[in-house]
Amino acid sequence: METLLNDFSPGLFVVSTILLLALIALMIKFAWKPILNSLEERESGINNALEAADNARKEMQNLQSDNEQLVKEAREERDAMLKEARDIKEKMISEAKEEAKGVATTLIENAQASIKQEKQAALAEIKKSVADLSIGIAESVIKRELASKEDQLQLVEGILKDVTLN
Amino acid sequence: MKIAQKSIKFLTIVAIALFSMSGYAVDSDKNQHSQKDGGQVNTKKEVEEYILHHIKDSHDFSLFSYTNDAGERKHLGFPLPVILWSSEGLVTFMSSEFHHNDDGHVIVEKDGLKFAKIHSKIYELDSDAATVALDDTDHPTNAHKVLDFSITKSAFGLILIGLLMLLWFSKLARQYKTRKVPTGFGRILEPLVLYVRDEIARPNIGEKHYRRFTGYLLTVFFFIWILNLAGLTPLGFNVTGQLAVTACLAIFTLVIYTLSGTKGYWMHMIWMPGVPVLIRPVLAIIELAGALVIKPFSLLVRLFANISAGHIVVMSLIAIMFTLQESLGVVGATGLSLLLSFFITLIEVLVAFLQAYIFTMLSALFIGMAVDDHEHH
Repeated sequence: METLLNDFSPGLFVVSTILLLALIALMIKFAWKPILNSLEERESGINNALEAADNARKEMQNLQSDNEQLVKEAREERDAMLKEARDIKEKMISEAKEEAKGVATTLIENAQASIKQEKQAALAEIKKSVADLSIGIAESVIKRELASKEDQLQLVEGILKDVTLN
Repeated sequence: MKIAQKSIKFLTIVAIALFSMSGYAVDSDKNQHSQKDGGQVNTKKEVEEYILHHIKDSHDFSLFSYTNDAGERKHLGFPLPVILWSSEGLVTFMSSEFHHNDDGHVIVEKDGLKFAKIHSKIYELDSDAATVALDDTDHPTNAHKVLDFSITKSAFGLILIGLLMLLWFSKLARQYKTRKVPTGFGRILEPLVLYVRDEIARPNIGEKHYRRFTGYLLTVFFFIWILNLAGLTPLGFNVTGQLAVTACLAIFTLVIYTLSGTKGYWMHMIWMPGVPVLIRPVLAIIELAGALVIKPFSLLVRLFANISAGHIVVMSLIAIMFTLQESLGVVGATGLSLLLSFFITLIEVLVAFLQAYIFTMLSALFIGMAVDDHEHH
């Protein structure tokens, strides 16, 4: 202990205190402060960069899901459009069919009506010609005043033949 | 171009160092009384004295000494300034005036005062004394100690390493201005800085307060570590093995944690809550002694003892070369000495880091205890 105390140099203690205080102050000012500040800056820079990368990845994912959504919507829209088109087509076809059917019916009806009319006209003409014929026959009958029954019958038959030939 | 500039700078420094050394090397020691044998260190007692002398601070920077063919003792190194606060005020001279004498035979006269150096300590002789009279324990009887503010070898080492640290780390700091990741030597320093910050300061002091103390902890860590390593080089620094230096560092830590102590910290120390009132004063005495004396004392003694012990062990193992020469032969003693000192030096490299780590870690821990919010009670 005595040797220890004997070895202790108060002068060196004072000198080293002054030198060390100066060293600590200088080191803090010129070395540690700028170094630690730069290191912290760099660390926060790295953290920020990592965070930014993370955010970008999340954004990418969002964009991707958005894209998928868009594609899905587009597909649905396309399907809907196709369906609509098909519907319209079918509707048009059926409408056309209906119309055609209607037109045909009217045509048939018209035809039938005109046939009927023609038939009636023909019938009426026949009736008229029958009446004219009857009147003609009766006229000739009356004109000739035939004595025999046989002649009368022959006449009628001859006239009828003419008629049939007509 | 930059490399060329650097090597020119380096060469200049080396040239200056060599020039001053060679200039001093010419300075031979004609007044050497105790080393008539040419300064050989052979016996156990001489080895012991040599080691103890090395452990102490010295007033000049000497790398090694030898005896030339003419029998003159030559010293390779350079002198350092001696600054004394004597009975007449400030006295300064270069340590070369002692001519490497360390047993009080060379008397330096300055401003009418006489000074002698005995075992690395400078004494001022009483005004009527012409030579130093020593008692049986080698203490002078007619001289007294003076306050010695000399730039001793330790102070010189401290300045040198301090400048080196400033150079390295301010360069690293400047690198960050232009780039995010340092290059070259800065790439080695940066992880060390991060290590001290993230493994020592942050976990021990806490996320909230660590920033304020990181500068001090970083300085202390690198200061102790680099000086410990410098002590293992042939330069022979023993700065962190000087009580004055470790005491200085320990007192810094004491001052920092005492000044930054929170109210809770002091309350827990002086009037411990949760224990019977009668025990509280007893606890207060123990706590105060622990915080103000034991903690810094343990810090300063641990560092001093570890580094001094390391130096003593390495030098003792090197000395096996001479001390065991008789029993093991030249080759055996030299081989054993080389083997053992090699491995102990490796361990010392580890200890150099470990002691720097422990000092810094404990400082951080003590500071952390003082700034803790004590909310968990």
